[in-house]
Amino acid sequence: MTVRDATPGRRPTTGRRARRTALAAALALVLAACSGEQNALDPAGPYAQAPHDLIIWVFGIAVVVFVLVQGLILFTTWRFRRREGDDAIPAQTHGNTKLEVLWTVIPALILAAISVPTVQLIFEQMDEPEAEYLTVEVIGHRWWFEYYYPDYDIYTANEMAIPVGVPVRLEMTATDLARAADLGVIHSFWIPRLAGKQDLVPGHTTYLNLQADEPGRYLGQCAEYCGLSHANMRARVVALDAGDFEAWVADQTTPADVPAEGTLEARGRELFGDLGARQACASCHAVWEGDGPRGPGQGPDLTNLFSREEFAGAIHDLTPDMLRAWLANPNELKPMQYDVNGIGMPNLNLTDEELDALVAYLMTLD
Amino acid sequence: MSVATHETSMGLDHRKLAMWIFLASEFLFFGAFVSAYLLYLDTTNRGPGVEIFDIPFTSVSSFVLLMSSLTMVLAHNSHVRGDMRGMRLWILATAGQGMVFLGGQVYEFTVFFREGLDLTQSPFASSFFFLTGFHGAHVFIGVLILLGLYSLSLTGKVKVGQDVKTEMVGLYWHFVDIIWVIIFTVVYLIPELRVGG
Amino acid sequence: MAMTTTPTTGAPTPRFRPSSREGILSWIGTTDHKRIGIMYFWTVLVFFAFGGTQSGLIRAQLAQAEQSLITAEIYNQMFTMHGITMVFLVVMPFAAAFFNYLLPLMIGARDVAFPRLNAFSYWFYLFGGVFLYSSFLLGGAPNGSWVGYAPLSANAVSNMAFYAVGLQILGVSSLASAINFITTILNMRAPGMTFMRMPIMVWMTLVTSFLLLFAVPIIAVALFMLQFDAVFGAQFFQPASGGDPLLYQHLFWLFGHPEVYIMILPAMGVVSEVMPVFSRKPLFGYAAMAFAGAAIGFIGFGVWAHHMFTSAIGPVPRAAFSVATMFIAVPTGIKIFNWVFTMWGGKIRFTTAMLFSVGFVSMFTIGGLSGVMHAVVPHNAQQHDTYFVVAHFHYVLFGGALFGFISGVYYWFPKVTGKLMDEKLGKLHFWTWLLGFNLTFGPMHLSGLLGQPRRTAVLPEELGGTVELYNLLSSLGFVVLFGSALVFLYNLIRSLRRGEVSGDDPWDARTLEWMTATPPKPHNFDEIPTITARDEFWHRKYAEDEQHVPVPVPAGASVDTDEHAGHGEHIHMPDASVWPFIHTMGVLPLGYGLVYANWWLIGAGVVWMVAGFFGWIIEPLAEGDDDEPATALAAH
Repeated sequence: MTVRDATPGRRPTTGRRARRTALAAALALVLAACSGEQNALDPAGPYAQAPHDLIIWVFGIAVVVFVLVQGLILFTTWRFRRREGDDAIPAQTHGNTKLEVLWTVIPALILAAISVPTVQLIFEQMDEPEAEYLTVEVIGHRWWFEYYYPDYDIYTANEMAIPVGVPVRLEMTATDLARAADLGVIHSFWIPRLAGKQDLVPGHTTYLNLQADEPGRYLGQCAEYCGLSHANMRARVVALDAGDFEAWVADQTTPADVPAEGTLEARGRELFGDLGARQACASCHAVWEGDGPRGPGQGPDLTNLFSREEFAGAIHDLTPDMLRAWLANPNELKPMQYDVNGIGMPNLNLTDEELDALVAYLMTLD
Repeated sequence: MSVATHETSMGLDHRKLAMWIFLASEFLFFGAFVSAYLLYLDTTNRGPGVEIFDIPFTSVSSFVLLMSSLTMVLAHNSHVRGDMRGMRLWILATAGQGMVFLGGQVYEFTVFFREGLDLTQSPFASSFFFLTGFHGAHVFIGVLILLGLYSLSLTGKVKVGQDVKTEMVGLYWHFVDIIWVIIFTVVYLIPELRVGG
Repeated sequence: MAMTTTPTTGAPTPRFRPSSREGILSWIGTTDHKRIGIMYFWTVLVFFAFGGTQSGLIRAQLAQAEQSLITAEIYNQMFTMHGITMVFLVVMPFAAAFFNYLLPLMIGARDVAFPRLNAFSYWFYLFGGVFLYSSFLLGGAPNGSWVGYAPLSANAVSNMAFYAVGLQILGVSSLASAINFITTILNMRAPGMTFMRMPIMVWMTLVTSFLLLFAVPIIAVALFMLQFDAVFGAQFFQPASGGDPLLYQHLFWLFGHPEVYIMILPAMGVVSEVMPVFSRKPLFGYAAMAFAGAAIGFIGFGVWAHHMFTSAIGPVPRAAFSVATMFIAVPTGIKIFNWVFTMWGGKIRFTTAMLFSVGFVSMFTIGGLSGVMHAVVPHNAQQHDTYFVVAHFHYVLFGGALFGFISGVYYWFPKVTGKLMDEKLGKLHFWTWLLGFNLTFGPMHLSGLLGQPRRTAVLPEELGGTVELYNLLSSLGFVVLFGSALVFLYNLIRSLRRGEVSGDDPWDARTLEWMTATPPKPHNFDEIPTITARDEFWHRKYAEDEQHVPVPVPAGASVDTDEHAGHGEHIHMPDASVWPFIHTMGVLPLGYGLVYANWWLIGAGVVWMVAGFFGWIIEPLAEGDDDEPATALAAH
């Protein structure tokens, strides 16, 4: 968008210039809108691009209608305002069939025109991708997303790694009482730059296609109100080049190392499995050490915890200090309701020594 | 002052019109329950399902309720003719049949409860008890209204010539009956056909 | 004319019957539709202040990224109660205030068909609101959002039992009003007032009432299920035993979408009354307006699933509901053009009332256009549950419904009080209101598309871009709106105390309600007028000459003789009754009993209500006339 009055040589009057500056500022404001990390107006894959292109077209029509109607209102109110002292009574027109038919038919035609590509695209967006695709199962928990890759038997949380340029089909549902204290509520998975949102409904399987054209980290979050920490239920999609994705898969399918005897890490591993009278970490969090098949826990799988950049519903950077603070009092960093109905992470009242050991151990999980 | 006419724009008593309007709303109320019931017909959560119903027993109590519509008509008829004794008699008969129906429902619920079907068992159980229970509540309210009408006619609050009051109660009562016909078909008969087939 | 006010049968005056027209008891016992309308209005203002306060807290929290002025739990209660309050305790009863006050006046009746039922509706509304707000003192307000989706809300932790029972109470109020208004409109029109002569406001009352009649029972079912799931262990929406959360969504939106029209049609009615008067022209395309309203109501029942485009429904329903939704824009468009062409060729007087009506048309158009954008399902997946949607429905409900209602307040204030509202303050109110409104909700379109979901207690910094700026603008907009609301309140109170005396017909109006005394007497009309035309009052004031140019009817030749026709001593009005009040009070113990599963409270509530109802039934409606009361009111 070029703003003309910036051209030297043209000298608009001050009033006009002020107006144009205001206009330019307004435009800049709108255009600046096109940056941002979680931006639906900046699609980065075909499943976000197609709806975007459609809505831009519809938006154009809306703008035209807007200008016409508001212009008509302004013109009418200006043109037919009562002048001082004019007490004449205007002609008492009751209607005009031709006009009325006109403004019934024209909007109907416009809407019909919009509905055709809309209906087409609905089916295209929801159908299975034609190219070969990757399947990822998404399970919504209060308040984090779990991902399972059936092709590779990988469990992970918060951050979903996908290969660039390959369609991904998400099979989604919400957790239920068979698995967790969470009876299962509706969530919605939404990565605006890659695709629109789709709800995760307990008892139903829903599908969402997405694809990233460029490597990168795409932000999103839960978009269906799911209770206390709804705002803290974020999602990430990390798009990787083919090679990086293979490396990622290899890393995730390697069992966690068992720390050497006598080290602080080993002490941490011990505590992870047994905290005495307190609930052990392992009762909710799985760490797969290669023994037997993998399976999900109530909480996020921690086998490759430090391969992720964020944690706690992807609201905090995963650093040793942050992790320590989290273990010391999880509710401080993210409101949860373990004490009320067992949802979220409990405060285990860990001692400093225990915290050191646990953090040391968790840092080995990468 | 203009001519005093007791006519309304529609030529229909306000109260009768209002009752019709109210019943239209009630149809949607039961319609929503019926939809939920049909949705959950097979969602028995490993508990008892439609096989638990005792069709012959329910048929009898349904017949009693249907007959009560007849006595309701007779009550109104008596009132119109100015026969307050007859009206009271038929009102009592109607209320009595309503109570027999309710007794049947209480018995039925008790049996189901013993067999492991209660509100918390499954979505099927919840929607069964809601649909039939809310209908039962309507019958119960109907019986209360009938008894109220009976006592008001005893104290002279409902007089000869005020048959619109009996008619109103009748409208409500017939509605509750019609709803039961629908419920009996949807809840008991159709699943039975399916199980039988 | 046989009716007299002297007791004819020597029946004793019923106990507890307030006889004065002053003092608190006269309000508690009133059955006068006008006084009930006034009570609705002031109650609405109080709840509006509550709902506004909640939105203030929301806007404070979101003024900057990563703020935690209030906890997530409190925030969730705030947006839930804001939604419930504005929908059920402000916009809907605001419409009821207008319907109550105006309906009998506009159709030439002395009151509604069932005056005591009318009082019952008001008290149910009031107690429903009190009940909902009492939850703040009893362990926390509902926090599951105004839609109360199961299974989240079908859970005792959610405080949503208060929501389920509270809305049930409000639903009873709405249902009773709907039955009352429909009966009144169908049965109590003045002689000659055919359907096609009724003011559009009356048409909209009729359509709205029918929508309520058919929508309320559906939400009642959904709420019963939710309530029993949460409190009594029913399994309707419990996924573990096979319950389907989608059932709740379908039931809720089968109510919820008509509800949208329940909230907007009354305001459309107001605007359709205000615009012709200040343009000095009849409404353009009257029949189209009436039928478009009915069409909106009708189609309104067929588009509910467009609130569920991202839910677990397949492509076929998505496509079907998308198309249906787009076409509901057609009757809406008809209305907008008809309003504009009502002004076209007129002599527009820009009173505050007119400004708000023009503002309504303009702002509502914006909401309508973003509504069409929602119907584009593939992109709805981006808009749904973001601030884009929040912007949309505030343009419809605030820019639409509230602008319309406020227009109505300025327009009918003189009718109710006999005094004019201050125009200077009114214009200050309008312009600041318009500015504050657009400043608050305009930027939300963008913050939504930039990725900000609604119902989130924190504005995450990571959204980046200009989201934070837009949120700050929205919060500043709230401040402007707050100031503007104070101007309005000041104007109301000041004008009530020492406003300019208005006279009977300050606006040169067109409809029946202005034909009687201002403020109206308890019996509305000394003599029920006979209607010969749409815009009856106008036609009594103006005739047409040979060129069809309207000319004022010469003084004295007017057929409008109402004020000289006597003083109404012989008109028989329904007496006051405290029974509706006593009866409805029983809903409080009943409601708490249902929330806490306490059978003693439930029993007490039921017995109380039955007893109250019995008192109601045996009380003679009017002294000396214990039967056929309603018809007696109809026409004399």
